[in-house]
Formats: sequence, C-alpha cells, structure tokens
Amino acid sequence: MATTLNEAAVPAGRMARNSRRHIGERVIELVLLACALVAVLTTLGIVFILVSESIGFFRAVPLLDFLTDTQWTPLFSDPHFGIMVLLAGTLTSSAIALVVAIPLGTVIALYLSEFASARVREFAKPVLELLAGIPTIVFGYFALNFLTPALRHLIPGLPGFNMLSAGLVMGIMIVPYISSISEDAMRSVPMSLREGSYAMGATRLQTALRVVVPAAFSGIAAAYILGISRAIGETMIVAVAAGMQPNFTLDPTQPAATITSYIVQVAKGDLPHGSIGYQTIFAAGLTLFLLTLVFNLAGFWLRRRYREVY
Amino acid sequence: MAVAMPAAQMRALIARQRRKDLLFVLLGVAALCLAFATFITLFLDMLIDGWSRLRPEFFTQFASRKAEQAGILAAWVGTLAVMVVTALVAVPLGVAAGIYLEEYAARNKLTAIIEININNLAGVPSIVYGLLALGMFVHTFGLGASIRTAGLTLALLILPIVIVATREAIRAIPGSIREAAYALGATRWQLVRHHVLPYSMPGILTGVIIGLSRAIGETAPIITIGAVSFIAFLPPAPVQPEFPWLSFEWLASPFTAMPIQIFGWTSRPEAAFQANASAAALVLVAMTLVMNAIAIWLRYRLRRNLSW
Repeated sequence: MATTLNEAAVPAGRMARNSRRHIGERVIELVLLACALVAVLTTLGIVFILVSESIGFFRAVPLLDFLTDTQWTPLFSDPHFGIMVLLAGTLTSSAIALVVAIPLGTVIALYLSEFASARVREFAKPVLELLAGIPTIVFGYFALNFLTPALRHLIPGLPGFNMLSAGLVMGIMIVPYISSISEDAMRSVPMSLREGSYAMGATRLQTALRVVVPAAFSGIAAAYILGISRAIGETMIVAVAAGMQPNFTLDPTQPAATITSYIVQVAKGDLPHGSIGYQTIFAAGLTLFLLTLVFNLAGFWLRRRYREVY
Repeated sequence: MAVAMPAAQMRALIARQRRKDLLFVLLGVAALCLAFATFITLFLDMLIDGWSRLRPEFFTQFASRKAEQAGILAAWVGTLAVMVVTALVAVPLGVAAGIYLEEYAARNKLTAIIEININNLAGVPSIVYGLLALGMFVHTFGLGASIRTAGLTLALLILPIVIVATREAIRAIPGSIREAAYALGATRWQLVRHHVLPYSMPGILTGVIIGLSRAIGETAPIITIGAVSFIAFLPPAPVQPEFPWLSFEWLASPFTAMPIQIFGWTSRPEAAFQANASAAALVLVAMTLVMNAIAIWLRYRLRRNLSW
C-alpha cells in the first residue's frame, strides 16, 4: 500500500532527496555511535597499557615475589617488589577514612531523608554537593597543615606525615558521596511502607531503622562500596599528608606510601621509559585498577538492584 | 494474645521512644554540623595562611625560588589552556555519545557493553587515567607532557560525567515531543537537532560545568604525565600578528596548572611556600565553587521553568 502510494504520488526528485536524506541519517548515526564507542576504547586502552607494561615487569619479577615480599624498594641496588607494603598503606588509610565516612554519611542520609524539613534538605543537599567538588589537593593541604598539628596536641610525638590525619580528612571528603547515594536509595523507598509502619504506631526512628534501612539496603551498600573504591583510589591527600616512604605497617600514626602515592612519587621523578622502575607504576596501577574494578562492579550491580525493585 | 499494657507503662514507653527520636535528630544535626564545620575550618585555615599573599602581583608573577616573589601566572594560564582543550574534546564526544544512547541505540549487547563501560569508567581512580595517558599519549603517540596531553586526559576523565548528564537531560523530555516531530515527517536527526538538543541544553550545560569543575582540580593524572611545577614562561599565544594569525603551537607547549603548583609548594618545608600553597588553593577553590554554584543555579532555574 505504502509503496504504491509512493510510486504514484511522490515525484522522482523527492524520492531521490529522500534516499539522500536516508544516507545522511545513517552517517550521522554512525558518527554518534563512534563517539559512544570512545568509552569502550578508553577502557580497552587502560587495560592494554596497564597489562602490556606490567608484562615486562612480571618477566623480571615473579608474581609470587610481588604478592609475598614484605619490602618495597624498587629503586635500591637490591630491589624488592612486595606490593603488600603499598597495599598496607592503602588499606590502613582507607580503613580510617571509612570509619569516619560510613557512620557520618549514613546518619546524615537518614536525617535528611527521614527527619529533616524540606527547607533544611534544600539547603543541606546543594551545600554538600559543593563540598564534594573541592579539589582533593586542597584537602591534602588541610590534612598536612591543620589537622596534623592539631592532632599533635592529642598524640604527642605524631610524625609530620602520618596516615591518621590523611585518613580522617579523606573520610570527611567521602561523606558527601556516601550521604547522597544512600539518601537517594532511602528516598526511593515508597511512602506506603512508611505509612504502614506509622499506622502500626512506630516512631520515626523505628520506621527509619527497621523499615527504610532494610528496604534501601542494597542502595546503601552500593554507597559504601563506591565510598571504599573512592578511598582506595584517592591520591593527593595521601601523597601530601601521609609521606611517600614505603613502610610495611598497619599503624595509622606512622607515615607510609600507598599504591597511589607511590605512582605520584615515581611519576614526579624522571624515570626512563622502559626501565623496571617505570614499569613498577604500571604493575601498581594494575593492582589498583583491579581492586577498584571489583568494588565498582559490585556497587553498580547493587545500585541497579535497588532501582529495579520499586 | 498480648495482655493490654497499663496506661502509665504505655505512656512511659511512648516517652522513651520519643526521646530516642529526639536524640537521633540531634545526632543527625550534629553530624551535619561536623561536616560543615570541617569545611568552614578548612576555608578559615586557608584564609589565615594565604590571605597576605593574595595580592595582584600573585596573579602576574611566575613561580620563583623566593617565596615572596612567586606567583601563579603560569599555573592559571596553564589551567585555562588545558580546560579549553578538555571542553573542546569532552563536550562534543560526551553529548554525541549521550544522544546516541538515548535516541538511537537499540537494546542489544553492544549498547549494554557501552553502558557498563561508562559506569565503570566513572569509578576508575583518576590516577589510572594518568597512567593511560603516560603510556598512550606521552610514549606511544609522542605527544609529550604538553597542554594537549593534559587536555585529552582530563577529557577522558570527565567523559562519563558529560554522558550521564546528557542522558538525564534528554530523558526528561516527554515522549509526546518526539511523537509530534515524527508525525510531521521529521527524521531522527531533525528531531534531535531541532528539539532534543535545544530542550536538553541547560541540563547538558550543568553537567559540562560540573565535569569541568572536577577536571580543574584534578592533580594526580597530570602529575603522572610529567607536568612540572616550575615553569617560567607562558605557552605561545594562539593569536599571532603575522599571516596565519592563528597558531596552535600552544597545544604542544609544556605547562603547569593550579593543582600542580599547589602540590609543588606543599612539598617544600618552608612556611613561606606553604602560605603560597594556601593562597593558590584559595584561588582554585574559588574557581571550582563558582563553577559549581553556576551549575546548581542553572539546575534550580531549569527545574522552576520546566513546563511542557
């Protein structure tokens, strides 16, 4: 029907224009697709660069040594490559950050979602968003020049560089991320669940803790996981305030290097391309990428789940 | 069967639960105040340390071995140049990708792969982008530690932010607009060009500004590509007095940027350099806050004027 109509009524010129238009449309679609594929190419590029440079590294250093050695001295004449040393720094500083960020972020999210008036919420949310935008180098400066001297009054003999103040400031930095994602999850719990709970005589707190939190659990867990991944990948705060000396310790009052601050330290110097020292930062980067990938995928999966429930 | 509680006991129970409620509200306010107080302390600390350095000369002098004569000229010009490259790369790519995913993409494997990729990229630590740039742009493509390398790196970093913002802005456009355009014989591109893009522009702009404000403060990736903090010259000007008038040499120029300059100064032990660092940090924070405030204001305006 449609074809006969075309043949009968549409002049040949318009037919030609239509087919030209059709080709143009296809070209545009392909260009747009190419732009979208840049994201895939970026991931492939990251994996390719990290793996190809790490292969050279693992040819020189057995994987077993990398995972079990307890020293990290890649630039010494007797080099050791024990990633555990850097991992200890990363885990210690991240743990401190999370001890601060998770309780604070959760309480703020619960308060804003379940208790605060609309006016408080309208004020607090954009301000928290603004704070999440402060560059991390500035937080690093704050940890080094304000918090460490302040902590010295409490802990005499605290070194000028330490993981404690870096971790605490990192925790404050992560609070807005955790509170905003968990608050989103809590707000997406349907009102009827709360109403049911109130109708049974529950108070706001009981409703919040026993109805809203379990219902929003996967979203809150996603917020925690993304917070963990951010803490592990955070670079400048630890680079500025925790010192950059590899130190195999879990004691937060000590200075230590993390995976990220080691990369910064090496990249700041001028190591020749292709040397083992140059390759170490890619092996360290690969470790970091895999660590955060696991957390990101878990967080992504959890977030999608809570979005689909209601 | 529960036995009914005596009234007095019931009242005590209610009072107890009410007290708990009140306690939690206080806890919530305290947590919020603690977060805000930390940030206020941060600002005051920087103001006290850096205020005396915030003179006009601070903006017009190069870095120097003498702290009192050091300024942030090379740093702010470098940041500006890098941001121009970042925006020119990230905005077209991100908006195009967002349009593709919302208006064109079929629900197939390829689309799913692209989406998972974007989500994952948003969570990759920024220093990993630095390693990508070091291996790819600096050594494989031979672009050096230049403005174009930094711009490209930061563009890749904020691409997920721009894509997500574009998609959200497009998703807010009601389907009836699309149906109306198609009913009048518009092609898909005509619909995008004349309707989808103009209507989603404020939302996209918000995302772009937030992305750029993130890029402006990123330190780790540009340290990794090898930017140095001591640069005592400006990149060649893009506008020349002689014939071609336009010059793109600045793209290949070595550079420093605000965060790099701050990092360089914080790593020196002298108090005078720490004061410089805090003055520069104030300038950087002011830049990001202004950008964020514009974005939030835009979003707020957008929400109010939304009437389909």
